[in-house]
Amino acid sequence: MTITVPQTNKQPSEKLQPTGWLRYLSFSLDHKVIGIQYLICGFIFYLIGGALASAIRIELTSPVSDFMARDVYNQVLTLHGTIMIFLWIVPVVNGAFGNYLIPFYVGARDMAFPRLNAVAFWLIPPAGLMLITSYFINGAAQSGWTAYPPLSITTPAAGQIIWIISVLLLGGSSIFGGINFIVTILKLRRPGLQLMQLPMYCWAMLGTSILVVLSTPVLAGTLILLSFDIVAHTGFFNPALGGNVIVYQHLFWFYSHPAVYIMVLPAFGLVSEILPVHCRKPLFGYTTMVYSIMAIVVLGLVVWAHHMFTSGTPPWMRLFFTIATSFIAVPTGIKFFNWVATLWGGRISLNSAVLFSCGFIINFVLGGITGIALAQVPFDIHVHDTYFVVAHFHYVVYGGSVFVIFSSIYHWYPKFTGKMLNENLGRFHFLITFIGFNLCFGPQHWLGMNGMPRRVAEYDPQFTFVNQLSSVGALLMALSTLPFLWNIFQSALKGPIAGDNPWQGLTPEWLTSSPPPVENWKGEAPLVSKPYGYGVNKEESTMESVDDAQGDNNS
Amino acid sequence: MPSPSAIFILILSVALIAGGIWAGQNINLLPIDASINAPIYDELFKVLFSIGTILFLGILGLVIYSLIRFRRRPGQVGDGLAIEGNLPLEILWTAVPAVVILFVGLYSYDIYDRMGGMQPLAHNGHHQMEKTEERIWGGIGSGTIDSSTGDAIAPLPVDVTAMQFAFLFHYPQGDIISGELHVPVGQPVTMKMESKDVIHAFWVPEFRLKQDVIPGQPTIMNFTPTKPGRYPIICAELCGPYHGGMRSTVVVEESKDYQAWYSKNAKPTSSETSDV
Ligand code: HEM
Ligand SMILES: [Cu+2]
Ligand SMILES: [Cu+2]
Repeated sequence: MTITVPQTNKQPSEKLQPTGWLRYLSFSLDHKVIGIQYLICGFIFYLIGGALASAIRIELTSPVSDFMARDVYNQVLTLHGTIMIFLWIVPVVNGAFGNYLIPFYVGARDMAFPRLNAVAFWLIPPAGLMLITSYFINGAAQSGWTAYPPLSITTPAAGQIIWIISVLLLGGSSIFGGINFIVTILKLRRPGLQLMQLPMYCWAMLGTSILVVLSTPVLAGTLILLSFDIVAHTGFFNPALGGNVIVYQHLFWFYSHPAVYIMVLPAFGLVSEILPVHCRKPLFGYTTMVYSIMAIVVLGLVVWAHHMFTSGTPPWMRLFFTIATSFIAVPTGIKFFNWVATLWGGRISLNSAVLFSCGFIINFVLGGITGIALAQVPFDIHVHDTYFVVAHFHYVVYGGSVFVIFSSIYHWYPKFTGKMLNENLGRFHFLITFIGFNLCFGPQHWLGMNGMPRRVAEYDPQFTFVNQLSSVGALLMALSTLPFLWNIFQSALKGPIAGDNPWQGLTPEWLTSSPPPVENWKGEAPLVSKPYGYGVNKEESTMESVDDAQGDNNS
Repeated sequence: MPSPSAIFILILSVALIAGGIWAGQNINLLPIDASINAPIYDELFKVLFSIGTILFLGILGLVIYSLIRFRRRPGQVGDGLAIEGNLPLEILWTAVPAVVILFVGLYSYDIYDRMGGMQPLAHNGHHQMEKTEERIWGGIGSGTIDSSTGDAIAPLPVDVTAMQFAFLFHYPQGDIISGELHVPVGQPVTMKMESKDVIHAFWVPEFRLKQDVIPGQPTIMNFTPTKPGRYPIICAELCGPYHGGMRSTVVVEESKDYQAWYSKNAKPTSSETSDV
């Protein structure tokens, strides 16, 4: 059978449709415009961060430091990490898709605080520009994205201070966004919409925003103290003045471990939206998914010291953090089994969105397995701060979050633009990315175990071949963005018209025009009580699931 | 009576588990083991590698199988099965990973204990008086050799100083200062490490050991080398532009070679300076 979705807004009113690309450069208060602003801005930084990554991989094709000066290498490394985390993944998985989708999902016409929302976005471009221009003025920060003192106190101050200011701005942006999401999800729900009827991405964003609001202020405080140490010569973290460098690490990771969930929980949510639509099946185990997100949030707050197993932590602390970290695998595992079960018995369209989502599952499982290994103190003591860790976190951050971002772009592009992407080009993009990614980061596990530390510009010549292999993978990854970009631009101009609901989705963003009008719906917001009501035996309930006849809506 | 497909699934699972165990036992990805705790580490590695292989190939297989078996064929319309969940199944895949994690945790605790991780961190041999004064934080391992291997051998104390971008090794016995770490095979070594500037880390991949070397906060690391040879000492914590070049060598020697090196470099107890 085919499901039929009542589509009330077939004819978007001309008056409600905002026009002109200039609105993307404006202080727009429309959550959809802000979402796209986050996405495009994030992607530009992704390209910059990617160029920096290419520079790193070129340097590492030979075992000696010959491509750039050593201190420049450390600056490039620091910028790469900071840009990818704070200007690409965090803003895109949270800000871009969160802003675009959450108001639809709760049945609202915008976010709770539209002006705060615009402020949150407009903090990002200046912060990013500042960070990048610091390279051209006095040299960028060169103490890594972790900025451990005393290195960060002793390297040139100008770059480090600019780094701190820009991370503070980005952290502020993230906190504003987090508050906005929590309030929107809890308070702007359309009457009649129960919490347990929300699409999974709402739960993911609720959990993530709780983490953002609880942990980002700690990072901000820590960096402010660090800046005092640098400019005012206080001694919080400076051992020469009686400070303690380990305290910085505790505070830093108290934020930065949750930060990894801030990067990946929203991605979990997005996958949970994408798979059911293209598998034509309900999301498997909705309730366990919700509880596992919340379990990850709670556990994620008490595992930070697994980044400090070699810092001279007392044995009891090592044990506690090993156990807490290992147990995160249980709720995480539940989600993966649930996604596989969602695939099982479906009618899966093998399109680009599904391929990238399944690529994510495969990559992330590997990253999770190495994560569990790293959580074991005796294991970590050998591979900490080596290329093994580099491999682990790229498997979860790139193989996880970035794959999901691509999947999401393929999935929601028709909604964003009203045009379809070229699927063959998309599948080609997936193939090159998947091969390039695994070729780049797979061999790095071996490098780390066999003696290559991370963050080095020169290394033991015995590792030359494997590093070159990795660089070839990086080259493939760089090339893979070309078909993607071509596809995006070409389809925006010449792509076939998508229609309102090309994937026959049931979640509310599909029940309006593509692109949606200002304030999202022409009439009332639909009440979607079964966002995953797909499936053959369920004709009646599918019909019931969209019921836009009752209730008032709150905008 | 079990259906043919059930038997097939059973065979596949057994093959997967056997394959994982085989891979753990036979695929060696680590460098040679040259300290007492390296083989213990490798034991843990094998178990984790087996579990990881089984899990990874299992999920990979399931995903690829589902994508092929349940793909939408041309001309097909309509939905998949309306399965919203299955509580027993979900309990199963909560319980099984929990048990596996519990096993991994207990096992790695045991490994950690055997490596000496749970022994009180005493820096045997010297600085007895300072011990109560200073906060000394620990790496791994005790200064005394595992009693099961025979009589306790007195550990060799070494003071390690790290700085941008070198390690210095000071032997209190004999007052030797060296840029290379010389140690006799089979004797436990106990190192007290401190950094002069930024954080560094002392790593010997063949020993499977690493410990940060921190300014203002001495740390301790103990190990017992088991195979003569020259192994790299690598700084593993970003410490500045020449971080990648911050390396040294640990020379594990037979007792008599070590004695020869020692007597050549040791200072006569009361004289002023001699060759360093
Ligand atoms: C199964 C879940 C996971 C576990 C058990 C886990 C465990 C660990 C451990 C123990 C480390 C420290 C390794 C070391 O430095 O020696 C680590 C590093 C790291 N992990 Fe994970 N991890 C998991 C998932 C993730 C996820 C989902 C992300 C991000 C999306 C992530 C990102 C990172 C990053 C960025 C680092 C390195 C940070 C740095 O030193 O620069 N991990 N992980
Ligand atoms: Cu972590
Ligand atoms: Cu160093």
